[in-house]
Amino acid sequence: MRQAFCSALTAQASRPEFVFLSGDLGFKALEPLQEALGPRFLNAGVSEQNMVTVAAGLARGGMRPWAYSIAPFIYARPFEQIRNDVCFHELPVILVGNGGGYGYGVMGSSHHALEDYGSLLTLPGMRALVPAFDADLAAIVPSLMQCGGPAYLRLGLSEEPKGWTPPAYAPWRKLLDGKGPALVAAGPLIGAALPALAAMEEKLRPEVWLVSELPLARLPEEFLESLRRSRRLVVVEEHSAHGGLGQSLAYSLARAGEMPPSFAHRHAMGYLSGLYGSQKYHRAECGLDPAGIVAAVAPPVAPL
Amino acid sequence: MAGMTPLVWSADKAAAISQQARLRLLRMHYESKVGHLGGNLSALDILISLYHFRLKPEDRFVLAKGHSAGALYVTLWSLGLLREEDLRQFHRDGTRLSGHPPLRGIPEIVFATGSLGHGLGLAVGLALGKKLRGEPGRVFCLTSDGEWNEGSCWEALIFLAHRRLDNLTFLVDLNGMQGFGATREVANLEPLAEKFRCFGVETLEVDGHDMAALHGALHKEDGPLAIVARTVKGFGVSFMEHRMAWHYLPMSEEQYLQAVREVRECGRLSAAR
Repeated sequence: MRQAFCSALTAQASRPEFVFLSGDLGFKALEPLQEALGPRFLNAGVSEQNMVTVAAGLARGGMRPWAYSIAPFIYARPFEQIRNDVCFHELPVILVGNGGGYGYGVMGSSHHALEDYGSLLTLPGMRALVPAFDADLAAIVPSLMQCGGPAYLRLGLSEEPKGWTPPAYAPWRKLLDGKGPALVAAGPLIGAALPALAAMEEKLRPEVWLVSELPLARLPEEFLESLRRSRRLVVVEEHSAHGGLGQSLAYSLARAGEMPPSFAHRHAMGYLSGLYGSQKYHRAECGLDPAGIVAAVAPPVAPL
Repeated sequence: MAGMTPLVWSADKAAAISQQARLRLLRMHYESKVGHLGGNLSALDILISLYHFRLKPEDRFVLAKGHSAGALYVTLWSLGLLREEDLRQFHRDGTRLSGHPPLRGIPEIVFATGSLGHGLGLAVGLALGKKLRGEPGRVFCLTSDGEWNEGSCWEALIFLAHRRLDNLTFLVDLNGMQGFGATREVANLEPLAEKFRCFGVETLEVDGHDMAALHGALHKEDGPLAIVARTVKGFGVSFMEHRMAWHYLPMSEEQYLQAVREVRECGRLSAAR
């Protein structure tokens, strides 16, 4: 996804107000952008607090700064800078976190971002974008370049099945038809699960929806119709339960009087075994791998 | 700083403006029963010198030590940019004039600071933006000395020195006191000027209550430039000078009247110096 991100940004390089700050990252990924931007590409060094504050100063002077690092380093270390310097002043600073969720796998907990968008969405005016597929970046990047306030972009790895083309980018997209429960996902993990979900028989197969923008705006009527029919909602995301898509969606549905009687939430749960492994390993521990997602949407077992 | 044009330098004029602003600062804090006077009195001469005799419309200023908002408000009042009735609302419900610089409502205040260690990076961003856009003007920033305990100040220093931001001047209001002790006792950073020089930043050291010296330092171009301004916490009021309590305490009527007498009798008085 970094390559797609880089290509989409490089296409914006002629905008004189566009400036990119990197927290000393981008090797074998951002070089084309660096070349295209020249002095407007700044390696800010290993100093995320200053990078975000400088970005706020740049934005106050009319520039459009993007600040990039590994996901936890762009939201957790400089949280106060994001809150005070960027959000309080309603400045259009775009924060980019690479490797959301367990993306950095066996590199360990310091490099994971399990509460990134949930934490950030508590801040005034903040939006979070969680693309699932490489092709999403070509739509998201130009829109972020024009947005009027702060935003967080969580990057991961595109995991769409080979030979399958994702539907055009939208905040809500239906990925799969089915007569089972409504399954709502955030992030690339749904791509990996799609073949297994598609192989389910139609009456059990969930209707799969992908959400890529938070906070939630108006819920699509087609999704609500599906939910009224199935009366079962399953949410999956590589993020902690607190502040994530699952809680946001349940809140929106409850407020609208549309909350179904059955609600299941599969989410990141930290380090259950205390051991480390790849992103797939950690997802499997939390039931976020394809088998875990299929199990989550399976019909509830009738009590004996 | 739209619409501002610096005055022609005159030592007498600077002293007179400073004295009037000091009296108004004391009255504002007294009427609103607000403390934080020590660091406001140490910063006031720097702000008066900067705003009356240095800043041009294309320049920008960031008050990193947001707890000196009172001195900034009074400085803006002395320029006619805030009104009497604005100052009377200081710290009161529904005011624009909060204890630290506000987000909105005062065009001359470009950033709402208060948490220490932000202002210098914000000033760096403004200065960098000017350079990238080829815009004229200089960016000034006033930090406190205790603020340099914050790691983010040093991150900003590394960045501005490395990028050779020659349109940036930052000052340190070096009054030697911080929240709960003398800076030498809490986390000694002296000699601070030497540390800045080690980073490759040209650094001037001045008496932060000598208006002529401040004027000269503030007019130095190029850089990036650091000005370590040695000041007195509570400057001008003998019983407040060098006393940590005046970081916090409001004045009684008796103390207020004595403070006013001292400032009136000698605007440049510092009994301890």
